[in-house]
Amino acid sequence: MIRSQRWKGAAFTVPFQLGFVFLYLLPIAYAVYESLFQEKRSGLGLGGATREFTGFDNYQLGLTDSAFMGSILRVVLFACVQIPFMLLVSLVLALFLDALTAKAANRFRIVLLVPYMIPGVVAAIVWINLYSPAVGPLTPMGDFLGFDWNFFAPSMVWPSIGNLLTWHGIGYNMVIIYSALQGVPRELFEAARLDGASEIRIALSIKIPFVRAALVLTGLLSIIQMLQLFNEPALFRNITPETVDGSFTPIMIIYNQAFNAGNYQYAAALSVLLALILGVASLLFYRLTSKEVD
Amino acid sequence: MATTTDSPSTPAKSAESGRSGSPPVRRIAGPDPASRGRGGQRFILLGLILASVYSLFPVWWLIVAATKDQVGLYQSNGLWFSGMHLWDNLHQLFTYEDGIFLRWTANSFLYAGVGSLGGTFIALATGYGLARFDFPGRGVVFAAVVGSFLIPIALLTLPLYLMFSKIGLVDTPWAMLIPCLINPFSVYLAKVYTEATIPFELLEAARIDGAGELRIFFSIVLRMMTTGGATVFLLAFVNTWNAFFLPLTVLRGEENWTLNLGLYNWTGKRAESGIDVTSLVLTGALLSIVPLAIMMTAMRRYWRTGVTLGALK
Repeated sequence: MIRSQRWKGAAFTVPFQLGFVFLYLLPIAYAVYESLFQEKRSGLGLGGATREFTGFDNYQLGLTDSAFMGSILRVVLFACVQIPFMLLVSLVLALFLDALTAKAANRFRIVLLVPYMIPGVVAAIVWINLYSPAVGPLTPMGDFLGFDWNFFAPSMVWPSIGNLLTWHGIGYNMVIIYSALQGVPRELFEAARLDGASEIRIALSIKIPFVRAALVLTGLLSIIQMLQLFNEPALFRNITPETVDGSFTPIMIIYNQAFNAGNYQYAAALSVLLALILGVASLLFYRLTSKEVD
Repeated sequence: MATTTDSPSTPAKSAESGRSGSPPVRRIAGPDPASRGRGGQRFILLGLILASVYSLFPVWWLIVAATKDQVGLYQSNGLWFSGMHLWDNLHQLFTYEDGIFLRWTANSFLYAGVGSLGGTFIALATGYGLARFDFPGRGVVFAAVVGSFLIPIALLTLPLYLMFSKIGLVDTPWAMLIPCLINPFSVYLAKVYTEATIPFELLEAARIDGAGELRIFFSIVLRMMTTGGATVFLLAFVNTWNAFFLPLTVLRGEENWTLNLGLYNWTGKRAESGIDVTSLVLTGALLSIVPLAIMMTAMRRYWRTGVTLGALK
C-alpha cells in the first residue's frame, strides 16, 4: 500500500480515536487519579473538606468493605445459578428450532425474541407488576394452586430477579446459539444417522460441541452483564426498599457512594476494583471453557 | 469478538445466511421425518409453544393492563379485558404534569436518533479505516475497541459525570449526546461489515480512475454499506433508547429525562408520596415499546444479521 494512502486510511479513524481518548481513556485515568485521594472533614465540618493524597487507602478500604465484597459474592453466586440455567434453556430451544423446518423455526424465533425487544426498565416494570399481590395475576394464581407466594420477600427477591433476567435474555442467547448451529455441516448428521445414531445422540455429540464457541461467548457476555447488575434491582428497590437495600449489587454501592454519600474518591476506587474483578473473571471463564477445545 | 476466532463460519457466509433467513442447504435438506419419531416432533413443538407462552404472556398482560382504569387494574382478572379505558389512560398520560411524558418521549427520540446517527457515521469511517488500510497503530486501535467491551459502565460514567459537571454539560442534552458518538461496539460491527462487503479490488479500481480517498468513502463505501450502516444505527438506537445508568447519572432536572428515567421515577412515586400512578406507568411502559417494535419490525432482516454477526465474530 502506498504510504500516503495509509495515512489517509488512518485519518478515517481519527474522530473515533479522539473521542475514545476523551470519553474512555481520560475518564478512566481520572477515576484512577481520584481514587488515590480522600476528602477529610474537620471535626464539625465547619472548615470544609480538605483533600489528601492517601495512596491505596481507598482500595484497601474497598477490599475490606464487607458490604462491597458481600455484594460481589451475592452477584457471583446468583450468576452461578442463573446463567447456566438461562443458557441451558436457550440451548435446548435452539436445538428444538434446529429440528423444525426453516419456516416454522423462523416463526418461533421471532416470537421468542419479543422479550429481548423490550427495554430492560420496561421489562422490570412489567414483571414487578406481575409479581405485585395487588395488581398482578401471579399471586392469585399461587393462591389458587395453594402456594403462598410473596415475590418480594427476602428469600424470593433473587428468584424473582432471576426469572426477569432469564425471560429477557433467553431469546437473544437462543438466536446466537441457533445461528451457530446453522453452521454445522449437514452431512455430519446424515453420516451419523447412517451409523444408527439417535437424534438426541447427534445433538449431544455433534451439535453441542459445535456450538461451544457460541456458548462460551453468551456465557462471557452474561457474566459481564451480571457483575454490573443495576437497573432491575434499582426498580425493585423502588417497590421494596426494605428487601433490596442500597448495597444490593456492586454498582448500586458505587452509585450510592458517589451520589448519596458524595464520596467520589471511594466510588472511583470501587469502580476500578470492579473493572479488575470483571477482567479477571472474564479471563478465567474464557481459559476454563476454551481449554478443552485444543 | 476477537476471542472467538474459532467460531464456525466466516463473516461473509454468516452475513449471507442472515440475509436469506437461513442457508440454502437447510431448505433442501430440512428435517428428515423418517428418521425422527412423531412423538419427538410433538415434544419439540410442545416445548416451543410453552416457551412462546412464557415469552408473550407478560406482554399480553401489559397490553391488557393499559386498557384498564385504576379500579379495573386492581379488581379484574389480569389476563383479560375489563372496560376500554385506553383512550382515557392515554389522555391522562399526555396531560399529567403538563405533558411531561411527551417531553420525555421527544428527549428519548433526540438522544437515540441524533446520537446514534452521529455515532454510526463515526463508526463507519473508523471501521472502514481499520478494515481496509494498513497503518501503524491499527492493531492498538482495534485492541482498544475490543478491550473496551470489558470496562464496567460505572468506571466510565462516574468520572464522565465529574468531567461534564466541570465544563457545565451536566443536565444538558449534550451529556447524553456526546457519549453516544463514540461506540466501540458499532466500530467493531462496521469493521466486520466492511470486510464482508467492500473488496480491495474495487478500491484499487476507483483509485486508478483517479478518485480521492474521501470521494471513495462518500460515494462508494457509504453507499455499499447501507445495510451494514442501518444495522449499526438500529443497534445503537436501541442501546440508547434502553440506556438507564448514564441518563440517571448525568441528567438531573426532569425536563431533560428520557422515557426510562421518567418511568423509573413514577414507579417510586407511590412509596414517596402515596400517589398511585400505576396505570400511568403501565400505559407509558407500553408506549415506550412501540417505537422500538416498529423499528425492529421494519428492519428485521438487518438487525437479525447484526445481532448474530456482532456476537459471533
